[in-house]
Amino acid sequence: MSRRFTPKVVTANHLLEGDAVWLTSDNAWTRTMSEAQFLDDEDLANERLAYALTQEADVVSPYLADAQLGENGPEPTHFRETFRTRGPSNYAHGKQVEVA
Amino acid sequence: MYNYNEFDKAFLDERVEQFSAQVARRIDGSLTEDEFRPLRLMNGLYLQLHAYMLRVAIPYGSLDAAKMRQLAYIAERFDKGYGHFTTRQNIQYNWPKLPDVPAILRALADVGMHAIQTSGNTIRNVTSDHFAGAAADELLDPRPFAELIRQWSTDHPEFQFLPRKFKVAITGSPNDRAVVKAHDIGLRMVEKDGEVGFEVIVGGGLGRTPIVGKVIRDFLPQEDLLPYLESVVSVYNLLGRRDNKYKARIKITVMENGLDTYRELVEQEFIGRRALFNGVDQALLDEIHARFRRPDLAQGRSVEAFDQAYGADPVFRSWADTNLAAHKQGDHAIVTVSIKAHGETPGDASAEQMRVLADLAEEFGYDELRISHEQNVILPHIHKADLPAVHARLAAVGLATANVGLISDIIACPGMDYCALATARSIPIAQQIAERFDELKLEHEVGPLKLKISGCINACGHHHVGHIGILGLDRAGVENYQITLGGDGTETAAIGERTGPGFPADEIVSAVERLVKAYLEHRSSVEETFLETYRRLGMAPFKEALYGEVKERHAA
Repeated sequence: MSRRFTPKVVTANHLLEGDAVWLTSDNAWTRTMSEAQFLDDEDLANERLAYALTQEADVVSPYLADAQLGENGPEPTHFRETFRTRGPSNYAHGKQVEVA
Repeated sequence: MYNYNEFDKAFLDERVEQFSAQVARRIDGSLTEDEFRPLRLMNGLYLQLHAYMLRVAIPYGSLDAAKMRQLAYIAERFDKGYGHFTTRQNIQYNWPKLPDVPAILRALADVGMHAIQTSGNTIRNVTSDHFAGAAADELLDPRPFAELIRQWSTDHPEFQFLPRKFKVAITGSPNDRAVVKAHDIGLRMVEKDGEVGFEVIVGGGLGRTPIVGKVIRDFLPQEDLLPYLESVVSVYNLLGRRDNKYKARIKITVMENGLDTYRELVEQEFIGRRALFNGVDQALLDEIHARFRRPDLAQGRSVEAFDQAYGADPVFRSWADTNLAAHKQGDHAIVTVSIKAHGETPGDASAEQMRVLADLAEEFGYDELRISHEQNVILPHIHKADLPAVHARLAAVGLATANVGLISDIIACPGMDYCALATARSIPIAQQIAERFDELKLEHEVGPLKLKISGCINACGHHHVGHIGILGLDRAGVENYQITLGGDGTETAAIGERTGPGFPADEIVSAVERLVKAYLEHRSSVEETFLETYRRLGMAPFKEALYGEVKERHAA
């Protein structure tokens, strides 16, 4: 009856570095989106976001981003989130070179 | 160049200390992000897509070699070796880390620079004509007035929580190079009965509701500048809407209340404000004039070296034809250094390039540099005999591109490669268009053409006033680019008109090529510019070039 829930990941920016990070199932923040906790249940997603919002010492402005499950784990579905996983297109800067 | 006094230095030192303590308190957890955000924004620190971004003010775009070298040092020491010059004559660093920001602000304050009021609902960095103090067509140098406005607006207690941000631009020339009609307040010097004063324009702006500013006072005597500005902003502060962010700019306030009502309110306010000022602002202006270092231009030197190089070297000649502007003293020239090499990011300069610019300013340019809102760097006073040497030194670091005012001299905002607000990327589109026209070897034949790209409706890339404007949008999860034509950012300001449906990223470059080829086909002579052809013929031939005859009828 209710609309199908689009799976999510919790993402934010790191407080000190400012770069994109994703919440893992063991309450850590990872710089590799595929290591994030994949949230295909709406209640769980909201619960994890509520947890992330208490983590002000590590991250800034957490939110739920749409995701899909790929071969290695969660993947972005929107180009903005894709850019966040790799960095800008005009230089080899950011995650495309910093994250192995 | 203006020399700061002890008061300015003490003020900057205090602000650096305050912000250093605020950063420390955010990191140790005593401040929440909600508490910290307004504090960091007051100091120009944004959090963007991949990192923090620090926006440093370059007041009215003027700086000297020492400041430019410090910008280079910061780029190398705390960033990734480059800085991005913006459309408001500022510089942005795209990769600072939060714990380093106090040290960056300290380094800036050491050379009298800062990031104060480069964000937030305050009066932002005052912008000006990048040829100020050098242009042949200038009535008066607008920079002392810009400095007066800067001092008045910095930390002005009444204007720290305006309904929305507030931007002022000022030009001293009849030819408007500062886009004054697209600012909250635009000031244009005019002459009346032998006296120079200001035409005051109000309520201009781009963004989601682009509006060409309207004249609220056709002649304001110089001495009334601050009380009048304060009256305009004060009326806005009370009347401006705070219930809806998208209706909060002064352009909407003026539109909703009507220009005549707004003018009456300002004139009422002005009576009391002028009395309060009581001449203190004029004393300040005199002091500013005295602290403004002006070049003592060389006299009587031969320009033969220029004539020789111009005759003998076609590369130099091409650069001289596009990148030089008339200086008020005929044996000097204003050099616009293009930060738009084909295929590079518009407005990005490496630390090495910044240092070469600083060296050239010091050796040949009376220690003066300017940043233009078109994201180029200006050497405002170069003796013509020195131009061949300056050109050679620029060429050695990739700064001698001869394209100023041409189609590849593109204004582009950072777009979704960096900006958290963006809806699509701007930079790769700018790079591809510049590369395409470089391959076609067409741009010199096409002549003056201003192409401006914004990656969202907020229009930092000024697309509304581009002869060709491109707006990047998110259409159902895909980047899509809308085209506008006929925009104009000068004294004949106009907002561009949308051609029709947008184009996907892989079609937009060819679409622009079709537009330009349509212009070449339809222009009445080689002298008729793209904008003139558009104004003569209207949208039809360009629409046909973009969409074809049949499709046009079905276009939504």
